[in-house]
Amino acid sequence: MSPQEIYEKLKKDFGDLVTELVDVPQTDPYIRVQPSAVFDICHSLRDDAGLEFDYLMSLSGTDLGEQLGVVYHLYSMHHRHKIVIKTEVSKENPLVPSVERLWRSADWHEREAWDLLGIRFDGHHNHIRILLPYDWEGHPLRKDYQAPETYHGMKVS
Amino acid sequence: MSEIKRMDLEYSQLDSDRMRINVGPQHPSTHGVLRLEVEVDGEIVTEVVPHLGYLHRSFEKHCERMTYQQIIPYIDRMDYISAMNNEWPYVMALEKMLDIKVPEKVEYLRVIVSELNRIANHQIAVATFGLDAGAFTPFLFYFRDREYIIWILEKLSGARLLYNYFRVGGMAADIYPTFKQEVLDVVAKVRKTNAEIMNLLIYNSIFIKRTAHVGILTPEVAINYGCSGPVLRGSGVAHDLRRDEAYSVYDRFDFEVPVGKGEVGVVGDSWNRNMVRVNEMEQSCRIIEQAIAQMPDEGDVTALIPKRIKIPKGEVYMRAENPKGDLGFYIVSNGTDKPERLKARGASFVNLSVIPEISKGYMFADLILILGSIDIVLGEVDR
Amino acid sequence: MGLLNKLDDPYEGGGIVLGKVEELLNWGRSKSDWYLHFGLACCAIEFMAMNASHFDFMRFGTIPRTSPRQADFIMITGTVTFKMADRIKVLYEQMAEPKYVISVGSCSNSGGPYWEHGYHVLKGVDLIIPVDVYIPGCPPRPEAFEEGMIQLQKKISQQAIFNKRKKLGIE
Repeated sequence: MSPQEIYEKLKKDFGDLVTELVDVPQTDPYIRVQPSAVFDICHSLRDDAGLEFDYLMSLSGTDLGEQLGVVYHLYSMHHRHKIVIKTEVSKENPLVPSVERLWRSADWHEREAWDLLGIRFDGHHNHIRILLPYDWEGHPLRKDYQAPETYHGMKVS
Repeated sequence: MSEIKRMDLEYSQLDSDRMRINVGPQHPSTHGVLRLEVEVDGEIVTEVVPHLGYLHRSFEKHCERMTYQQIIPYIDRMDYISAMNNEWPYVMALEKMLDIKVPEKVEYLRVIVSELNRIANHQIAVATFGLDAGAFTPFLFYFRDREYIIWILEKLSGARLLYNYFRVGGMAADIYPTFKQEVLDVVAKVRKTNAEIMNLLIYNSIFIKRTAHVGILTPEVAINYGCSGPVLRGSGVAHDLRRDEAYSVYDRFDFEVPVGKGEVGVVGDSWNRNMVRVNEMEQSCRIIEQAIAQMPDEGDVTALIPKRIKIPKGEVYMRAENPKGDLGFYIVSNGTDKPERLKARGASFVNLSVIPEISKGYMFADLILILGSIDIVLGEVDR
Repeated sequence: MGLLNKLDDPYEGGGIVLGKVEELLNWGRSKSDWYLHFGLACCAIEFMAMNASHFDFMRFGTIPRTSPRQADFIMITGTVTFKMADRIKVLYEQMAEPKYVISVGSCSNSGGPYWEHGYHVLKGVDLIIPVDVYIPGCPPRPEAFEEGMIQLQKKISQQAIFNKRKKLGIE
């Protein structure tokens, strides 16, 4: 299916929860959705006939300045088509439903997004840091991040 | 045995305490600085909890502070065994955003160096896998041959391990006069050693007993966990981006995608995953031979390299077939000479996440082999 | 080194060697150093190649050990992160005296390419343990490993064992 067809199908099923399809030059076409509906939309993307996105290529968190974004790159092994799903949450309450139950590969990607950007994933079974030490403070990939002076008595920079 | 019977003890009555054992981060067979927290019941593994981050080198933060050209050396240091393959999806992504069409000669040169590096990577993977099973000789054989590949790549790029050879729109340096002949010589050496390894390691009955039926990964689980590369193909899924997406000039070559066939053991076990790598070396040899024959002699590989790179606003996700699996780069550009966000989706990172799933119920010694058959590089896992 | 040359000396020949016990001990120590290989990153791959057929690191009398208690020196090959730093300290403290440290590669020498923005990278392993020999390179070539090993042997063979405090001028 083309991104346009996928968008129309999602729009039909979910209405206003699917915001828009962005297809501009220099960018892979992506569908922007409301954060509250991420799980349901992803569930439909994975299981509905004709879509069957069974492979989560990548799940990335991004710092958009005012907001935090989560980007899902999906691929279907069966139909060999791709789609990008994007959602945005506020920095004060960065809560996105976890898709770990749909694609197990999201488990570590979501933990990484929490670790480096501080995006919380609702429903994740093991919501802890993955790369940095468990007692590390802050989320380094935020644009306003200041590295600490010392860590356990060792100078950081 | 007879005494035990007299005592009326049965195995189920033997109380074996559950223990939590820590493997790593400094351990010779965790292939780097991985730490596994393992719960064992007697000698049976009941739970594995991987702890990552012992080599977290702040790669993604560096990318936001560096210009596009300066990022290439850092990408080398992600999957440091196959640096050439790492650089490719990154420069491809930038070339797509800048709309550069690279010359034919560059495409062929990229194919040749990447396939050479793929062979070198699989040589290390199979060698260390043999080492985990207790076979030291294949390690020496493969490292002897790998050195010949390294020498060619060194003559091209100037470095032995971390090449920094790809450029946006070209390559850092042109080939040298005897390049083609040397590559063909190395291919012959690789084939000769592989034929020896077949008898020495792959079909060795001890090796088969250690690795067949161990760590079985079904195709459904592999896809759900996002596995790729030899791990996914070992489970019988013929997913290879070189053929499925045919980037660069891969559509001009005649090669097969090796998958696990269950010739020994069952599809998806450690033996089959390893066998895929051995077969892939042969396929890489075939691709190299065809690429050498088709490669044009004329042309300047440095001609189209832009001095200053400013990527127009946009974002792209580009993936390519790394020896470990799909390596993807998600690049968000804000119109300047530095990326706004660069996320690397390492194949090892995703492949490793399947370890807790497939190692339950096997012996503790098998866990090391399962880990070896997945072939991870911690630089890519932790970035 | 010094000791063996005396055997070739025509004036003191006949298989008799005159020298100090200290020289003998140091000669033995410097030619059989067991090491704890602390492979961390890219340099460890180069070190694997170093151990394999072409370069044969064991010609220096070095044998890899997996326990710090049996090791004479520790090779820190790669980037030291903060998460790892505590472990390195513990392993170093578990080694028996006399012990030596070789720091391999730019990362463990100074932070290397990660010295500026590496929020999780220790800027040099010498901030937590004392280093005897630094091997430069990113990653070092096998020749650099050889040179580093020769430097360590030189250092060991010139060390004072007896009356150490006196020779150092402490007393």
